[in-house]
Amino acid sequence: MQQLIHFFQKFKYFLFFLFLEIIALAFTFNNLSFHKSKFVNSANTITGGLYSQATNISDYFDLKSKNKILAEENNRLKNLLEKSNSIIYNIDSTVVDTVKLNQKYTYTSAKIIKNSYASQFNILTINRGKNQGIQKEMAVINSKGIIGITDVVNARFSTIQSILNRNSKINARLKNSNYFGSLGWDGKNYNIVQLSDLPRQAPLKIGDTIETGGMSTIFPEGILIGIISEINSENSADNKVNITLFNDMSNLNYVNIIKNLEKIEIQSLEN
Amino acid sequence: MNKQYKFVLLFFFLLFLQVFILNNILFLGYINPYLYIIFVFYFPLKDNRFPFLFYSFLLGFFIDFFLDTGGIHAFSILFIAYLRLFFIKIYFRKIEADYSFFNLNDEPFGKVFNYIVTLTVIHHFIYFSFANFSFQNLSNVLTNTFFSSIFTLILYFLGTKIFSKTE
Repeated sequence: MQQLIHFFQKFKYFLFFLFLEIIALAFTFNNLSFHKSKFVNSANTITGGLYSQATNISDYFDLKSKNKILAEENNRLKNLLEKSNSIIYNIDSTVVDTVKLNQKYTYTSAKIIKNSYASQFNILTINRGKNQGIQKEMAVINSKGIIGITDVVNARFSTIQSILNRNSKINARLKNSNYFGSLGWDGKNYNIVQLSDLPRQAPLKIGDTIETGGMSTIFPEGILIGIISEINSENSADNKVNITLFNDMSNLNYVNIIKNLEKIEIQSLEN
Repeated sequence: MNKQYKFVLLFFFLLFLQVFILNNILFLGYINPYLYIIFVFYFPLKDNRFPFLFYSFLLGFFIDFFLDTGGIHAFSILFIAYLRLFFIKIYFRKIEADYSFFNLNDEPFGKVFNYIVTLTVIHHFIYFSFANFSFQNLSNVLTNTFFSSIFTLILYFLGTKIFSKTE
């Protein structure tokens, strides 16, 4: 007993050090593995509140470019609206006025209050949470393409697992054919992601557009991702191609969060 | 001002400086200074090391909260906080009786330089190894450690030159 007390006396700092290090390691491993309850994140009231204060200030510096992006998106959507109107009125002139009949997705707008693209496991924070109807695993996009999937959701803020995260896997396909693969990131360049597991017979050309496939309950079909920038000609098992993103992931501000209204139905069917 | 309040202020100043300013620099797309570790250099040496280890851990942990990095910052800053005494013994040849008089400003620059560089490089290496979290991209870890250490050290030595009270 005497010796035991002596031992603790002698190594008390080392033991305390070890104790704190183990706590830190536990949080690290917990954070790096996807689909686990997380405690240390920037979506809580204090950090989220401070981040949104900080973006309130820094937002003024790029109002001009944001306005331009919004105007471009408006332009694109107006064009789409014109097209769809003409189709509707040609086929059927009755207007169905039932809320959410046949509607598959709802959109919520949000603002990114913390962006990150230089690390290997990038996580973003947005200023929407449970109070605004955000749930875990909802798609996050902006006008130029996909951004990520919501992860930890708190009352007013949530975190997004960016596509620039080595844990991310997203179903994607070629726009001109229905060959699909899975989209991941190797952690090297924040403009370039990798599409792997494409079938060998899929015709690939540099410059082909890649969009999300309809195989997951998270992303709707046909959201733009990027274009093929490099094709791996050697024979590798996973048949990887490099995709240059349409989005500039280092400059994000307003995003849309997509809720799939049929998600629960599809999941209950699949399980 | 009371010395304890000064360190509470330093704690939050370094936390917010790191999270809101230094972490957004991203020079050449990936080089950031991690200046919050000067908390370890400035915290006074005392016989009882529990508060020092605990506050260092807490600073790293708060930064982890903001940056969504799990416990990596906490791990790496605690590591150099624990090693600090060992390097003080090696570089400055101090014994326990000297601890309460120890002050970095009174030591020769060469020794201080070695001491700061060693701790900074150790911290950055541990941080980037964990942030990478695989054996791929090992060259990335080394280049990141090298350039970020240089950035941090330049900021630190410039800062101490500019803000030091001895004219």
